[in-house]
Amino acid sequence: MSIILDKVNYVYSEETAYRIQALKDVSLTIEDGQFIGIIGHTGSGKSTLIQHLNGLMKATSGTIYFHGQDIYDEDFDLRELRNRVGLVFQYPEHQLFETTIFDDVCFGPKNQGLTKDEAGLRAFEALRNVGMPEELYYQSPFDLSGGQKRRVAIAGVLAMKPEVLILDEPTAGLDPAGRDEILDLVARMHKERGITVILVSHSMEDVAKYVERIIVMNQGSVMLDGNPKEVFRHYLELEAVGLAAPQVTYLMHELKSKGLMVDTDATTVAEARASLLEALTGIDAGKADFHR
Amino acid sequence: MGIIKAKQLVHEYIRRDEEGNVESIQTALDHVDLDVQQGDFIAILGHNGSGKSTLAKHINALLMPTEGSLWVDGMDVSKEENILPVRQTAGMVFQNPDNQIIASVVEEDVGFGPENIGVPTDEIWQRVEESLKAVGMLKYRHHSPNKLSGGQKQRVAIAGVVAMQPKCIVLDEPTAMLDPNGRKEVIRTAHELNKKKGVTIILITHYMEEVVDADKVIVMDEGKVVMQGSPREIFSQVGTLKEYRLDVPQVTILADLLRQSGLDIPLGVLTREELTGHILRIAQIGA
Repeated sequence: MSIILDKVNYVYSEETAYRIQALKDVSLTIEDGQFIGIIGHTGSGKSTLIQHLNGLMKATSGTIYFHGQDIYDEDFDLRELRNRVGLVFQYPEHQLFETTIFDDVCFGPKNQGLTKDEAGLRAFEALRNVGMPEELYYQSPFDLSGGQKRRVAIAGVLAMKPEVLILDEPTAGLDPAGRDEILDLVARMHKERGITVILVSHSMEDVAKYVERIIVMNQGSVMLDGNPKEVFRHYLELEAVGLAAPQVTYLMHELKSKGLMVDTDATTVAEARASLLEALTGIDAGKADFHR
Repeated sequence: MGIIKAKQLVHEYIRRDEEGNVESIQTALDHVDLDVQQGDFIAILGHNGSGKSTLAKHINALLMPTEGSLWVDGMDVSKEENILPVRQTAGMVFQNPDNQIIASVVEEDVGFGPENIGVPTDEIWQRVEESLKAVGMLKYRHHSPNKLSGGQKQRVAIAGVVAMQPKCIVLDEPTAMLDPNGRKEVIRTAHELNKKKGVTIILITHYMEEVVDADKVIVMDEGKVVMQGSPREIFSQVGTLKEYRLDVPQVTILADLLRQSGLDIPLGVLTREELTGHILRIAQIGA
């Protein structure tokens, strides 16, 4: 089962002078259990796209199927869709509002109609999953650091047990360690629970390291769609639309153009290291890392 | 004395309960010494909560020292009569461009600051034009800021600060919300202001790639300055940086791993060009 988008179009301010077509004929299939990265410059349609996936925005034309059902059908339960497709917005910590961390995380599951006890159990599990120390559960979320607040906000969505987790730039403004914590957490949820994860990001290095499929948006259309190696092969086209490939990919291309036989498909530090060691010393020292 | 000098600067955030009793004290700056020379390009690194932004807000007199002193261009920031001159000497640019733009036309937004301090009209327009030129946004002067990209908005915000003709500009994570192109635009603009106009730049950032061209890097942790030096000196200490919850540029990590695998590559490689050079030398291919 999956989410299928069939020729989805979305137009802002139709019939005014400010008409902008934010999505143009977007057709995509999002398979269950995939870890997908969406990249694109500001205004390319990324955020508009993800808000269609849980029915927050309604396509001007085209259809979206969730597990084979048309979500725009009159008898389709959009509430149920939003329970199953969880969306973490940019700066989700701005949406914290309860007096304690625990209550804040309980809010989602309670809203789904779970009893207080059930919601509490969900909250415990979610807070444990995001690595929040227990002694903080009954403190105000507003006393936490930025990275911790964000983890609480993500726990609030995880407590609803979504099948699909969508995160819109979850690491913006975090320090490198905070960034790694959030992304490792998401990767673990993906691995352990098998949930589908869709990550919107401006960091090519992060995308290359974590996801298995990259969708590149440009001017409302899908420009490229493939695994990181396939997508970053088009690094010149990516640059033309305001994006970039990871630093190491450029390095490999430069070396190859100077006559050194290296793997220009390398997108992570580990892959680049393996390829360089092989090219320079002839030893396969990094093969194990290569597949990590 | 340099343009910014801190001596044993301490700042404590004190929380009080309803009766005014002290509930908790958090030391955000812990005896910081700092000496920044006019014309320097300084980068400040540190994890969330390390005290970077608290320090930045002192330079702009938005916060007052709890203990110790801070001088901006020789003015003691804790003296009330110095607050306005200090703010005119050190301008500030924040993370979110949308929070810093107030007017509906770019040129009016840039002119707001000078107008506010009573600059004569002719001079305001002159300053607006010069500032927009300096950030490369002159051709957008009649546009609405709403229609600009994140990087362009941030450059308009910088122009608004430049129009106040500050000697020093503090940029507090100016690129955190921008895409790769926007980030490049903003960092390039900061370097140009530094080189062409001699403006002292203090750049606070989480992106390690953005600091490799700075004159000096300062690393903060738990409110203290824990490392200081050139980018090369700082980034040659990969292990120490990790302890402070920081990163190094991807190229630097790769160079470090290759060095550990026995290749003849020095510590603290910062740019792609450098690493390419070393690898080609090892492979004995003439560059």
